[in-house]
Amino acid sequence: MRRARLHRLAAILLRQVYLMRGSPARVLPLFAWVTVDILLWGFITRYLNSVSSPGFDFVPVLLGAVLLWDFFTRVMHGVTTAFLEDVWSRNFLNFFASPLSIAEYLGGLVVTSIATSAVGLGVMLVLATTAFGLSWFAYGAMLVPFLLVLFLFGIALGILGTAVVLRFGPASEWLVWPVPALLSPFVGVFYPLSTLPLWMHYPARLLPPSYVFEGVRSVIAGGTVSVPALLTSGGLALADILLAGWCFARTYRHAVRTGLLARYSAETLS
Amino acid sequence: MPPQPGSGGAEVLSVERLGKRYGATVAVDGVSFAVGRREIVGLLGPNGAGKTTILNMILGVLEPSSGAIRIEGIDLAARRSRAIAHTNFAAVYAPLPGNLTVWQNLRIFGLIYGVRGLAARIDTLLDQFDLRPFRNVKCGVLSSGEQTRASLAKAMLNRPRLLLLDEPTASLDPATARDIRAKIREFAGQGTGGVLWTSHNMYEVTEVCDRVLFLSRGNILLAGNPKTLPADHGKTTLEELFITVAREPLTLGIQ
Repeated sequence: MRRARLHRLAAILLRQVYLMRGSPARVLPLFAWVTVDILLWGFITRYLNSVSSPGFDFVPVLLGAVLLWDFFTRVMHGVTTAFLEDVWSRNFLNFFASPLSIAEYLGGLVVTSIATSAVGLGVMLVLATTAFGLSWFAYGAMLVPFLLVLFLFGIALGILGTAVVLRFGPASEWLVWPVPALLSPFVGVFYPLSTLPLWMHYPARLLPPSYVFEGVRSVIAGGTVSVPALLTSGGLALADILLAGWCFARTYRHAVRTGLLARYSAETLS
Repeated sequence: MPPQPGSGGAEVLSVERLGKRYGATVAVDGVSFAVGRREIVGLLGPNGAGKTTILNMILGVLEPSSGAIRIEGIDLAARRSRAIAHTNFAAVYAPLPGNLTVWQNLRIFGLIYGVRGLAARIDTLLDQFDLRPFRNVKCGVLSSGEQTRASLAKAMLNRPRLLLLDEPTASLDPATARDIRAKIREFAGQGTGGVLWTSHNMYEVTEVCDRVLFLSRGNILLAGNPKTLPADHGKTTLEELFITVAREPLTLGIQ
């Protein structure tokens, strides 16, 4: 049984590998946009360093924040893009009329996202370090929990995005792509949460990245990261994954009960 | 109508009082039937009769409003993955992903269905369905007949106990369709599985099926041997009987 589950997870990942192997258009976005972002913000930080008072380094504050935020975005899009491949190729019926379970399918999407986001992260790390002198020692060991929280939250939002597309149809993918941009003002990627008006603090406290970016700024400023805050962000991210998985399972059950799943392949896209 | 045991021994599929409602609309109205090992059962009926709805419920992608489905004795509602592992299907509206090659698709679905000795099994199926020249061709650029053969190869990957075919020869030329029918008969003749088949080609149904179920407005109106059923109801051909069942069921004394 365990062997069968691993094979099914491997099948979902292998499908993405085959798709990428034969398509530069799929490989390029894994690193092209993050490269552009790192170059753009690398030059902006270099300029800001040249015009600001000496002693304050914008590189770990701004460029590091961009890198972490892009990593989160790649994780989320890694899940949704793998799912959308099945939407675009009308593959739902073939997959969901097979022994594949929902947990195995979502697990396969997550494994795919780990692989694709690792490529983006690797490219960003190399470029930011070599071209703009970003030193990861500035974050110390806290880099690991920072990345982990962002990864977990990216997975949660990716699964939630797939549930939205499953429920509302292929056209709703356009609601999913801009989600990171919609969240970014609330989580304080580039500024402390104290900058925000009071009403924006409430949603910010529910978003795990808020705690990560507050922690990043604290570490850069020579302070320490609040352990309770870090645990809160990890707990929130895990809760979000459970919530997103529950949403997907409910949406799937609704699609099976109403016939949406069968029609999704047979009619909706034709 | 109670489930009818198949002629070839134990049932591979048992459907009992299966129903599907969409609000006030009844798509399938408490149908019961069975498919036995070695048996090919044809599910016939006009468009909208409920054939695909029944297939979708058996495949687990549509939840019944009532009734029970057992595949190899396993309750589909309780143990979906285990029950579905004994099935496979091919349908004109569910082609294999066009952006992968024939071999890649077969490999992926072979992993999903847990096929042992997968590489050898794929090789056998490539030969069996004349797909060897298209091994590394993307499914999307195959002709409709080649795509159908690729779908059938996928449907045979796990040597299913229950093979579900929704108009599998709809897009094939007569010669290829005949070959495919022979392969399906050969599959049933091996004695391990049964086939549930929908088709609008009455000649094909007469040639291939051991038993047919006439479906209209979600009910099974007639069932029997396609070779003798027309004469039993005063008709000369299955097609004539089909048209009568679809349009004037009362003239046959059924409703």
